[in-house]
Amino acid sequence: MSAPLLETRGLGRNFGALLAVHDINFRLEAGARHALIGPNGAGKTTFINLLSGVLQSSTGQVIFKGDDITEMPEAARVKLGIARTFQINRLFRGLSVLENVYIAVAERTGIAPSKLRPAGTRKNVVDEAMHMLETVKLQDAAGSLVSELPYGRQRLVEIAIALGLRSEVLLLDEPAAGVPSAETHIILDAVAGLPKHIGVLIIEHDMDVVFRFAERITVMVAGSVFTEGTPEQIRADERVRAVYLGQEAHRGAAHG
Amino acid sequence: MTAPAPAVAEHPAALALAGRHRVRIWEPLPWLLAIAFYFLFPKYLGFGTDLLVTILFALSLDLVLGYAGIVTLGHAAFFGAGAYTVGMLAKYGIWTEPITGLVIAAAVAAAIGFVSGLILLRTTGLTLLMLTLCTMALLEEAANLGQEYTGGFDGLDSVPIDPVFGIFEFNPLFPNTQYLYVLGVLFLCFIFIRTLVYSPFGQSLTGIRENMLRMHAVGAPVRMRLVLCYTISAAIAGIAGALWAQANAYVNLSALGLDRAATVLIILVLGGCGRLYGAFVGAIAYMALSHFLAKIYPTAWQLGLGLLLVIIALFARNGILGIFQSFLHRLKAKRARSS
Ligand SMILES: Nc1ncnc2c1ncn2[C@@H]1O[C@H](COP(=O)(O)OP(=O)(O)O)[C@@H](O)[C@H]1O
Ligand SMILES: [Mg+2]
Repeated sequence: MSAPLLETRGLGRNFGALLAVHDINFRLEAGARHALIGPNGAGKTTFINLLSGVLQSSTGQVIFKGDDITEMPEAARVKLGIARTFQINRLFRGLSVLENVYIAVAERTGIAPSKLRPAGTRKNVVDEAMHMLETVKLQDAAGSLVSELPYGRQRLVEIAIALGLRSEVLLLDEPAAGVPSAETHIILDAVAGLPKHIGVLIIEHDMDVVFRFAERITVMVAGSVFTEGTPEQIRADERVRAVYLGQEAHRGAAHG
Repeated sequence: MTAPAPAVAEHPAALALAGRHRVRIWEPLPWLLAIAFYFLFPKYLGFGTDLLVTILFALSLDLVLGYAGIVTLGHAAFFGAGAYTVGMLAKYGIWTEPITGLVIAAAVAAAIGFVSGLILLRTTGLTLLMLTLCTMALLEEAANLGQEYTGGFDGLDSVPIDPVFGIFEFNPLFPNTQYLYVLGVLFLCFIFIRTLVYSPFGQSLTGIRENMLRMHAVGAPVRMRLVLCYTISAAIAGIAGALWAQANAYVNLSALGLDRAATVLIILVLGGCGRLYGAFVGAIAYMALSHFLAKIYPTAWQLGLGLLLVIIALFARNGILGIFQSFLHRLKAKRARSS
């Protein structure tokens, strides 16, 4: 088997005595549409923090395309092609929606350090940022301050920033949390519109979204991988139903 | 993804972003006023020179505090570094040419900014505030103890400075040359800072100010950006200090004390942070207010100033310019509604 896009070996992280993430062996293949589910406090966010370099691991390795990036700082991982969104918005609140995405695109295209030509006259960067906003249906709010938008639309800015990085790995931490259900399709459509080779990992509680989106599902419980499989396998797994899915699984099954 | 459609560039938000660096119709006003002041108040040119130096110093602080969000209480360290550099070089007859003197002062201040920035800018918030304060105190103590070179507590006076361009003499009694010289340097530095804040680099500084954690997550080398910004700002503060020393022909410890650092902070907060002209408005308002208050309450005028600052911090976060802007905003909204 060829090297996966992103891989972890025995990855772990503790907070004091708490093993938030424990001994995780995980593979994200190129082109994957992978969901990570599990009850609150299972360690899903911590796991993504380890993948993206927001947190340093206590044990184990993170490997990107065969290279060990365990020690690599967050910004360098972004440059390699690993982007993420945050469960709780991390936005440039005092700036306009367009500026928020502009900043991401400017970093990716490498023009951010330039000091002479005005930012707004970098037409290709502005165009691309506007295009990302179209992708998440925010073009009409481009001129507004982020802090003036309702929370659900701020979530879409969060996505647009990550899209602007044009990464090879996209890690989405509950992107639809707080988005009105009528608008969750915007997020799924945006992800569906990504180039096929990108590996996407999504944490999501809404089982409708998970089963519609994912081709593979990993279930985490209490810091460890409980099981992994195709949506059909996960849906049929009685143990998963017992520890996590409960009634939600029936609802998801009824939809599927 | 498909190529962006050409129509997006015509979006009002894109147009606003593309046009925000353009010179607004009122922007020549401060410069015209400064020139008018030269002709109208020949007796107050010493005061005017001081005001211009203060504006430049406040501008340098705006770059780090207003744009990059670096909270510092020690910016006078760089002002003092610049002042002592030209002062000592001239006093001991090593270098007396004023313009190249500014360049040397900028380089020295920038070097101090770079080295201290590398260490300080690993921290944020209160720790950073304390460390900037400590750096300044360290320099002040060095200037105090190095009496042989710095003149210690008394400083250095009668510092000889060559005529500007070899023609225009600095005359302490009639500071016409000083005023125009400082105005010219302020103008050049302002153009530089203005260009910088509207550039992609300037935009990334505002990103760091608004959310440093997110800046890491979009792949920005945050600390290097901050160090660079801090270094540039230190160089400009150094130029301000050098101008102050050249214009007054003396240097003393007041150049790098807490008093000066706190005053420039008050000026910037008063005028409005992160909006370029806050430095101008703040400096003028501060000078006018302290003059006015000192007249009516000769003993307790600083109390009035402190009170004003508390009010600004509580109710007008964006300073005088912020009040003005939100007033214009409301006026526009009202007009839009009535039409
Ligand atoms: N920075 C931290 N310090 C201490 N404990 C933490 C920290 N971050 C997460 N935890 C703990 O680690 C566990 C896993 O949290 P998290 O990864 O956020 O779970 P999930 O995203 O699956 O809900 C929780 O018990 C949480 O309280
Ligand atoms: Mg979480």
